[in-house]
Amino acid sequence: MRYMPHTADERAKMLGEIGVGSVDDLFVDIPVEARLKGLLDLPLHASEMDVEKNFRTLAGKNLSPYSAPCFLGAGAYQHHVPSVADHLIQRSEFLTAYTPYQPEISQGTLQALFEFQTQVALITGMEVANASMYDGATSCAESVLMACRVTRRKKAILSGNLHPHYRDVTRTTLQFTEFEATELSPVLEGREDFEAHIGSDIACVVVQNPDFFGRVQDLTDLAEKCHAAGALLVVVVNEVVSLGAMMSPGEMGADIVAGEGQSIGVPLSYGGPYVGLLATRQKFVRQMPGRLCGETVDQDGKRGFVLTLSTREQHIRREKATSNICTNAGLCSLAFTVHMSLLGETGFAKLAEINHGEAVAAAELLNELDGVEVVNDTFFNEFMLRLSVNATDVVEKLAEKGILGGVPVARLLPDAGTDNLLLVAVTETCAAGDIRKLVSALKEIL
Amino acid sequence: MALKFTEDHEWILLEGNVATIGVSNYAQEQLGDVVFVEVPEVGADLSKGDELAVVESVKAASEVYSPVSGAVVAVNGELEDAPTLVNEDPNGGGWFAKIEVSDPTEIDGLMDEEAYKTYIEGLD
Amino acid sequence: MLNNQGRPTRPNTSEQDNSTTDTFTGNKALDLETPLIFEQGVPGRLGVDMAEPKKVKSRLGNTARNNPVGLPDLSEPQVLRHFVRLSRQNYSIDSGFYPLGSCTMKHNPRINEKVARLAGLGDLHPMQPVSTVQGALELIDDLAHWLKTITGMPAVAMSPAAGAHGELCGVMAIRAAHEAKGEARKRILVPESAHGTNPATAALCGYKVDSVPAREDGRMDMDAFAEKLGPDVAGVMLTNPNTCGLFENDVKKIADMVHEVGAYFYCDGANLNAILGRVRPGDLGVDAMHINLHKTFSTPHGGGGPGSGPVVLSEALAAFAPVPFITHGEKGFDLVEHVEGEAAKSFGRMKTYHGQMGMFIRALAYMQSHGSDGLRQIAEDAVLNANYVRVGLNDLLHSPFDGICMHEALFDDSSLKDTGVTTLDLAKAMIDEGYHPMTMYFPLVVHGAMLIEPTESESRETLDQFIGAMRHLLNKAHKGETAYFEQAPHFAPRRRLDETGAARNPILRWIPEEDDPQNKRTLSAAS
Repeated sequence: MRYMPHTADERAKMLGEIGVGSVDDLFVDIPVEARLKGLLDLPLHASEMDVEKNFRTLAGKNLSPYSAPCFLGAGAYQHHVPSVADHLIQRSEFLTAYTPYQPEISQGTLQALFEFQTQVALITGMEVANASMYDGATSCAESVLMACRVTRRKKAILSGNLHPHYRDVTRTTLQFTEFEATELSPVLEGREDFEAHIGSDIACVVVQNPDFFGRVQDLTDLAEKCHAAGALLVVVVNEVVSLGAMMSPGEMGADIVAGEGQSIGVPLSYGGPYVGLLATRQKFVRQMPGRLCGETVDQDGKRGFVLTLSTREQHIRREKATSNICTNAGLCSLAFTVHMSLLGETGFAKLAEINHGEAVAAAELLNELDGVEVVNDTFFNEFMLRLSVNATDVVEKLAEKGILGGVPVARLLPDAGTDNLLLVAVTETCAAGDIRKLVSALKEIL
Repeated sequence: MALKFTEDHEWILLEGNVATIGVSNYAQEQLGDVVFVEVPEVGADLSKGDELAVVESVKAASEVYSPVSGAVVAVNGELEDAPTLVNEDPNGGGWFAKIEVSDPTEIDGLMDEEAYKTYIEGLD
Repeated sequence: MLNNQGRPTRPNTSEQDNSTTDTFTGNKALDLETPLIFEQGVPGRLGVDMAEPKKVKSRLGNTARNNPVGLPDLSEPQVLRHFVRLSRQNYSIDSGFYPLGSCTMKHNPRINEKVARLAGLGDLHPMQPVSTVQGALELIDDLAHWLKTITGMPAVAMSPAAGAHGELCGVMAIRAAHEAKGEARKRILVPESAHGTNPATAALCGYKVDSVPAREDGRMDMDAFAEKLGPDVAGVMLTNPNTCGLFENDVKKIADMVHEVGAYFYCDGANLNAILGRVRPGDLGVDAMHINLHKTFSTPHGGGGPGSGPVVLSEALAAFAPVPFITHGEKGFDLVEHVEGEAAKSFGRMKTYHGQMGMFIRALAYMQSHGSDGLRQIAEDAVLNANYVRVGLNDLLHSPFDGICMHEALFDDSSLKDTGVTTLDLAKAMIDEGYHPMTMYFPLVVHGAMLIEPTESESRETLDQFIGAMRHLLNKAHKGETAYFEQAPHFAPRRRLDETGAARNPILRWIPEEDDPQNKRTLSAAS
C-alpha cells in the first residue's frame, strides 16, 4: 500500500526494539470482547486507477452546471475562478500546512490571513475582520451571540427576508443558550417593519442585503434606529460580489457583518467547504469569535505575523470561550485572498458591474414572457420570478432539457404562497446564448 | 491600614469602608506579560468569592476572585491602555477595582504581608 | 585552445570576505521576501481579463457604491509570485515530519485532489434539483456507509463542518434526546485532560461542565467519576484513546454507568487513527462520536481548515440528527431538508446546504484506496511508530505514564528541570533541525507536555533521524547550552515573534496611509 512505507521486515525489527512479540501486543488495552478479529465488512484496497474510475462514474451521474445554462443562486453563486487561484491553493506548502501555531515557520499562511482580514474589512467597510468561519450561516449565528455579549442583552430580531438556512442555523445555535431570536415573517411586497420590535432589550437586528429574494436597500435608517435603542445592526451578505457595486454595510452603519465569501475563489462543490466572513468594529474585537491574525515583529526587528487574542478561544478559555470553533476555512480563505488580489479595485468593481448588467438584461427578457413576472424592483444579480404555474415543476422540466433554471423558493421556504416563486441568479458565467435558451424553454413549458 | 493577601494571590487594602484590590507581585510573575485586564462594571454587586476580574496573558486567562462582598465603586481605567501596570507596579498603579465593603470582618481572616511571604515560600 | 570564456568554475576558498552579508533586497538567495499585496499595487493593473459590462439602467435603487473599496491592483504574474514566495515560508507535511500529537498529520494523497475537481463533482451547485445530482447523493451515502461500518454505529450526521462543530452536533442531539423525554439535565462530565473544544461545546448547549480528574496511570479516575455521576448528568464527553495517548480500558464500564443513570456517552473521535479496524466505538457503548475527516481520513489541513466533522449516532440519538440527511426512495436518493415528517425530532440545521462535500470526496477516495485491509494497517503502523519513538526517547525524556501508548507518545518536562531549557525552547530548536515541533503544553494536566504523534505515513529512516535529532538536542540541553535554545530558531524565515506586543496592541489589518498619517498602525488611533 503506497501510503505506508513499512515492509514486513521493518515492522518485525521495530517490534523487537519496542520489546513486544507482535503488533497485537500493542492493543492489549482494548477489551477482549470488543476486539475485531477479521477485517471490517468493506471492500479491500483499490488502485489509484480504479479509485479514479469510481469517481468518474459518480460524476457522470450528475448534471454539471458548467455544461448547462445555470441560473442557480440562493446563497451560492457560479463565478469564474481564475486558474492561478486553484493552482496556488494546491501548492504543497499551503495545502498540507497545519494551523500556524508555530509562527516562525508559518509566515506564508499568516501573511495571507492578514491580507484576507484586510480585504474582508475593506469590502465590507468595517474596521476589522477575523480569519474566517465555516460559512455565512454559522457566521450569522455567531454574530448574534457576539451582539448579545457586547450589549449584554438577550434578544435578537431576525429579518423574515433572511436566507432560510441562515435563520435556521441561528435558531439551532441559540436554542440551548440563554439567548433568543424573534423570527419575523418573510415580506414579499414592501418593506419590513422593524421599528415595532426594536426595544431596549434587543441586542441586535439581523438583516440581509441583498435579501434572500434579491432585493437591495439602504440600511442607514435602520442602523440609526438600532443605535438609538442601544442595539447593534448585523448585516448578512450572501453574495460578496454585490459589494463591488453597492454601498458597503459599514457605510450604512452596520456594527457586525456576517457573510459568505464563496463567490470569490471557492468552487460550488455541492455546498461546501465555503468561507464564512465576520467583520466588526475595532472596539468589539475582544468579543469576536474565531481566529485572528495580528502584525508584530521578530527578535531581529523584522515584520511578521502571529495568531493573536487567543484568550478568546476554546483552547485557552474552554467553557468561557467566545465560541467552540477550532478551525477556520483555511484553504478557502486563501482562495478568496488570491482571487481578490487578482481582481483588485478595478476588477472587483468591473465584475460587479458585469453581474448586474447580465442580470438586468436577463430580467427584462424574462419579464416579457407570458406567465412570468419579475417581482423585484431592486436587485443585484439575483431576482425572483412569479410564474403562472408551480415553480418546482418548471425547474424539473427545465432540468430534463439540460437547463438549471433557478431555485424554487418553496424548496427553502415551504410556506403557503411561495409555490410559484423562482429565484434566478445571473452571473458573468452566463454565456450569450444561455438566456435565450432559458427563455425559449420557458415558452415551451409555460 | 496594611495590605492583606489571599491564598489566590490577591491583595486588598481597606481605607475606611472602601477596599482597593489587585494581584500580588508573585501573581504577576506567574502570569507573565499581561496583555489585557477585564475589569468589572462600576455599580456591580459582588459577593465574596465572585469573579472580580480576568487577567489575560498571551497564553492564559486567569480569574481573579473578590475577597470581599460589596459594590464596585471604581475601576482602574488606566489598565485599558497600559495593562503592563500589573507587571510593573502590581501593588500600586496596577490595582483593579475599589469596592465599598458590606462586611469589613471578611478581611479579618486574610494573611498579612509576613504571613503571605511565608505562604509563597512554601509553594514552590 | 585557451579557455576564452574566462569564468571560474569552482569556489575560491583561499580568501576571506569580511564585508557584510546584508543584501540590498533583504532576500537571501532562495529565501525570498514579499511585502503585503497592499504595498505592491499600481492603480489600473488587472489580474483578471473580463468582458465589457452591458450598459443597463441600474436596478440598485439608491444603494450604488460611491466610495472606493481601497483594494490594490496587481497583475497575474505579480500575484502568482507573491503567493509562491509566501508559500515558501511555510512548513508542510509535503516538506517534512510533523509529530503533532492529536492532529494526525499524515500524508495527503493527490488522487483525492484530482477527483475532488472532476467536472460533475467539484462544480455542482447545492440547490440543483435532486434528480440532477444522484451521483453526488450516492457519494455522500457511500461515505456514510463506510463511516458507519468502521465505527459500528447505525446512523451518521454528515453536515457538521469541523470537529468542534461535530461535538456541538453530538451534545445537541443529547440535549434534544433528554428534552424529548421531558428531562432537563444540568451537567456534562469531562475529563481534566480534555481538549478545550469539549467544555466550550458543553457550555454552548447550556450545560455546566464538571471536570473529572485522572488517576496515576493517565486514565479517568473511576471513583471520582462514580461520585460525580447522578441523575442530573446529561452525558460524558470522553476522548478514546485519550489525550495522553492511552486507551481508556474502563470504557465499557463507563458506558454502562452512564447509561444506567439515563445519560449518554459522547466520544471525541480525534484519535480514531489509533483504533481503525481494531475496535468499533459502537461496540464500546458510544452514543455519539465526531470524526475528523481532516485527521483520520487525510483531507488536507490547508493552513487551518477547512475541516469536516460527521457524527456517528446510536439508535437512541439517531432521530435527533440535524437536517439535511439523505434518504432512499423509489425515485432514487432524496434529501430531507426540513424539520418535519421523518425529521420531526431533528434538533435543527447546523450549516447552509448539505455538508463539506469537497472533504467527503477526498475522504471517500482515501477510504477506497485503503480498503478494509489498509485501514487496519493504518492503526497498526500508527501505534507501532508511536511506540518506536517512545522507546527511542524514554531514557532521556520522562513519560508520566509507563508502558505501551497508542498512536501518540506523551512526555513531560521533568527531565529538563535543571537545564534552564523549557519545552518551548526545545520546540524552537527543533525548528532549526527541520521539524515542526510536537504538540506542546497539551494536555494541560501534564507539566510542559510534549505529545508526539508520528502517524503511519512515516518511514523508519524518518523516525530514526527524528529520534537522533531529539537526543542530540536533549544532550545539548543537559550540557548547559541554554543560550542556544533561548536564541532558537536561528534559521527560520522569522525568529521568535513578539506575541505580547501583538496582544497588547492588536494590529489586525493593513491601514491605508491616509487613514493613519502618523503611522500608528491602529485604526483607533486615527478615528
